[in-house]
Amino acid sequence: MSRDLHPAVAGAQPFQRAEREHIEGPIFETAEGRDRLEKILTRYPVKRGALLPLLHFVQEKKGWISADDMVEVAAVLDLTPAYVHSIATFYTMYNKHPVGRHLVQVCTCISCHLHDGDAVLERFLQETETREGEMSEDGKFTVIEAECLGACGFATVVQVNDEYYENVRPETVPEIVQELRDR
Amino acid sequence: MGYPHSHDLETTTLLSRYIGDPEAKTLSGWLERGGYETLRQALVMSPDDITTVVKDSGLRGRGGAGFPTGLKWTFMPRDSGKPHYLCCNADESEPGAFKDREIMRWTPHLLIEGCMISARAIGAQHIYIYVRGEFFPVSRVLNEAVVEAYEAGYIGENIQGSGWSCDLTVHLGAGAYIAGEETGLMNSIQGNRAEPWMKPPFPAQSGVFGMPTTVNNVETLATVPMIVDNGSDWYRQWGTERSPGTKLWCCSGHLKRPGNYELELGIPLKDVIYEVCGGIPDDRALRAVIPGGSSTAFLTGDELDCSTTYEGLAEAGSALGTASPIVMDESTCILSAMRRIAQFYAHESCGQCVQCREGTSWVTKILRRIEEGDGRMQDLDTLYELCEQLTGRTICVLADSVVFPLRSSLDKFRDEYEAHIKTNSCTAT
Ligand SMILES: Cc1cc2nc3c(=O)[nH]c(=O)nc-3n(C[C@H](O)[C@H](O)[C@H](O)COP(=O)(O)O)c2cc1C
Ligand code: SF4
Ligand code: FES
Repeated sequence: MSRDLHPAVAGAQPFQRAEREHIEGPIFETAEGRDRLEKILTRYPVKRGALLPLLHFVQEKKGWISADDMVEVAAVLDLTPAYVHSIATFYTMYNKHPVGRHLVQVCTCISCHLHDGDAVLERFLQETETREGEMSEDGKFTVIEAECLGACGFATVVQVNDEYYENVRPETVPEIVQELRDR
Repeated sequence: MGYPHSHDLETTTLLSRYIGDPEAKTLSGWLERGGYETLRQALVMSPDDITTVVKDSGLRGRGGAGFPTGLKWTFMPRDSGKPHYLCCNADESEPGAFKDREIMRWTPHLLIEGCMISARAIGAQHIYIYVRGEFFPVSRVLNEAVVEAYEAGYIGENIQGSGWSCDLTVHLGAGAYIAGEETGLMNSIQGNRAEPWMKPPFPAQSGVFGMPTTVNNVETLATVPMIVDNGSDWYRQWGTERSPGTKLWCCSGHLKRPGNYELELGIPLKDVIYEVCGGIPDDRALRAVIPGGSSTAFLTGDELDCSTTYEGLAEAGSALGTASPIVMDESTCILSAMRRIAQFYAHESCGQCVQCREGTSWVTKILRRIEEGDGRMQDLDTLYELCEQLTGRTICVLADSVVFPLRSSLDKFRDEYEAHIKTNSCTAT
């Protein structure tokens, strides 16, 4: 299905998913990787423009971006690995370490702060038995604090991979965690 | 919240007419609702004529600064011989704002149509819609609409047989508020860190990939079709001379009915809060409101009579910003709210300017110290001093953004700060 992607949107696929592929070795040597690379390159007048979209692709497939992945992305775009690293570390959504199958981001920014965002975050940490940013032992969860997720009228807002949960209350957290755990 | 929002005050649904209507998301539904008719009209208009209508309408940019849109377009060179770009700013990350998301997830074709008409006005060959990375559910809807519009010949080569061609690419961000600043946004599209650059060069001279570029907000571009379709006088029947038209208001915080509402500009702020949003839960008293998103100044309960226009809110000592009132009831600790706001700016500073990088984190640390009961009275002087250091000295206005809420909270809620410092107590009830 993904091979039919229109080039206009080939670089804009949701890149944090629960489903991951365990691709060994270079990802841009796979048929899908080559296809995506080719399409994305047509959208920018200089190769470097493809950098963010290619990092998205790596994360979409693998869930996180390793040092080896950065070296590969650098090679296909004629950039240095150090440059790619500087980009991957500037943008907060790129995971530089493996994260749980469900990456839970709890907004505690101002409008969510006014609706117990901090307590919601606390509750997620409790229910998943993790510390912030740490993967749970079963590999199912990583919980982090997020800045404004752009849905402030529906506070508290929680993003789990590529989905939004709105109007989350501390007391509704256990149900959400259970539902995610059973998936 | 369900749609359409029901409330007592009469609202004007121009932009938000199809928000909540699932049929409007698809191309066939959009065409049934008269979609792309205005693009067809624009294809036989000259770029200058399109620009003139928008200029005469008085439409002001909805991304926060309120710069007149038609005027901005006239800055684009005419026969430069270079490729021109239009960047649609869909980075929406100002705390309090959540309107662009509604436009994109309900009426993606409205945005595409607005982008195409605007691209024609500025002579752009390529449009980038820069969507903040977190908006996955939104980008799914938008992507689908873009592909449909390509297939039906509303984007791409020889659009509707007009001989005019223009491409459009959806570009996802990756988590950086500063990518919403226009030069940061263009850097990010180029595959750089989203660091703003010092202007000049202005985008119209040398923007993305060094080419003439216009950056406009989603809501701005989505407003363009109705203006081109109906004319500038029609649009000016709403709002005031300096703030014409309608605007989406993103209402959050302690409200009975938070959400997005399209309102004619100029309604008293009080009515937005008490009529449109139904007031505060349990009818508690209002302690403060930040009317235009987190980078605007606090207003108190006694300051709500001002009109919701660019000029009205400026006179009241705040700003319209992104039209995102964040309402705080009497139980709110202003110090803690201010600390959370400062924490956002400290986290999002791109770090190029010392004043901003250090200043925003000092502010956060000092506020946190006061919150934890270790404050001293000199801290207040230091905070005022930091307001000075953070104003007008940096590459972009992220640094200034923290000063507006900070200084106004120090001025208006000094008793709150003093209570925390002197007796480790809060004046909230
Ligand atoms: C720190 C900072 C963040 C900004 N974030 C956004 C944003 O998320 N969305 C937006 O449209 N404009 C944002 N702006 C304003 C843009 O720089 C720019 O003025 C705007 O996109 C222009 O569009 P308009 O003329 O249609 O308003 C931001 C500005 C600053 C200084
Ligand atoms: S003011 Fe802050 S965010 Fe803006 S360029 Fe300077 S350091 Fe970066
Ligand atoms: S403050 Fe939480 S989504 Fe905006």
